[in-house]
Amino acid sequence: MRETGLESALPALAPATISGAMTLIDLANPSRFLSLAGRILPWLAALTVLVLAVGLYQSATAPDDYQQGATVKIMFIHVPNAWLSMFVWGVMSVAALGTLVWRHPLADVAAKTAAPIGAAFTFLALLTGSLWGRPMWGTYWEWDARLTSVLILFLMYLGLMALWRAVEDPSRAARAAAVLTLVGAINIPIIKFSVDWWNTLHQPASVIRMGGSTLDRAFLIPLLVMAIGFTLLFLTLHIAAMRNEILRRRVRTLQMLQASKSA
Amino acid sequence: MTALAALIRRDVSVALRVGGGALIGVLFFLTVVVLMPFAVGPDLALLKKLGPAILWLGALLASLLTLDRLFTADHDDGSLDLIVMSRTPLELACAAKALAHWLAAGLPLVVATPVLGLLLNLDGVATGAVALTLLAGTPALTFTGMIGAALAVVLRRGGLLLSVLVLPLSIPVLIFGVAASNAALSGPSPFGTPFSILCALSLMSLVIGPFAAAASLRHGLD
Repeated sequence: MRETGLESALPALAPATISGAMTLIDLANPSRFLSLAGRILPWLAALTVLVLAVGLYQSATAPDDYQQGATVKIMFIHVPNAWLSMFVWGVMSVAALGTLVWRHPLADVAAKTAAPIGAAFTFLALLTGSLWGRPMWGTYWEWDARLTSVLILFLMYLGLMALWRAVEDPSRAARAAAVLTLVGAINIPIIKFSVDWWNTLHQPASVIRMGGSTLDRAFLIPLLVMAIGFTLLFLTLHIAAMRNEILRRRVRTLQMLQASKSA
Repeated sequence: MTALAALIRRDVSVALRVGGGALIGVLFFLTVVVLMPFAVGPDLALLKKLGPAILWLGALLASLLTLDRLFTADHDDGSLDLIVMSRTPLELACAAKALAHWLAAGLPLVVATPVLGLLLNLDGVATGAVALTLLAGTPALTFTGMIGAALAVVLRRGGLLLSVLVLPLSIPVLIFGVAASNAALSGPSPFGTPFSILCALSLMSLVIGPFAAAASLRHGLD
């Protein structure tokens, strides 16, 4: 358990004989995951490009808002990023449970590789929000509730990444990061609530509300297509990053084996 | 139960003796508050307005300063391994250690608040309100900070990483602590609502903190 790279560098023999119904257990074998990822990735990437192309075309041809003009098109990039910034933490929380409860070897890899991607989405949400705020509110930064809580989420992503980088042994880092991820999953709603209390200036949520959406159909459909496209983009990037991480660990293990042999 | 009481007694006495460093937090608190007028100017009206915020920020930083002593000293001399291996549940042991840390490092901050409130031109009611919110809120700072302290001792390089991990988690406590103090000082909004939420945050961290800290110690020390 301490050096997961060592096990993954060896040819996978034992798990193949007991491959049962549970695909998650099957995937615990990194070699099997690699071959599956290799098969899925091109299709997933193609689908992502297709959906994003349709979404971008629809966003570009969507009508201007009667108040905000063309700047409303920033929304089609901004909102999917903001959704994903929270979705990725959810993915990491599930992976953290996998690490702590089932000691699933791929869960470590999934949690580690999701953090930088989530931080990137959060940063893009902040950046596009700030660019959108300049023409709308007349300032790049407003200390309003949503911007502030997304900024705090960004800080927590950075802290988590710092934690991953602080330890050399990946399985040890995985367990520490898993605890922090779960603590964050409990705390993020509390932080969100308290920041809302702190500043109730921002407009209330308008996409998903009781009694249907207030967003016009002409904006809603491109927005949903873009949200699906960004989610696919995350899945593609995540699987590719997981594959890279597994390969990186194998290379490291082989290098260490070679070094110990020549010594 | 006697084991936990012994643990608390030992931790408090070690913290208060020479080399324990619990009172460094109070000294740091005093220094931060004294520094503030040099930054914002010796304007008594302005200091009175900013007073609760300054006191809360000072207390937050001071409690962060002493937090990395929570587990490192025990880890260095090996007694943390004994605590982890003992028959007492690790969660309870963590809670006892955090309680001892709060008694030695958190409570002095509350006691020092009236004196510091005098420096910031706060009247009696406002000083009392800040002291009361600190009394209710500093346990939350200690118990959430304990998670960071446990992670840091597992990683063997605490310090800066600890503050990066813990500070975002302490934002709700800061918001409601300052909100309740300001409500008592000037605001039209009632004191009770933010104060009850502050107490709720403390009680919640009392539950979550020991479990998370014990989990990271148990998984990390091997």
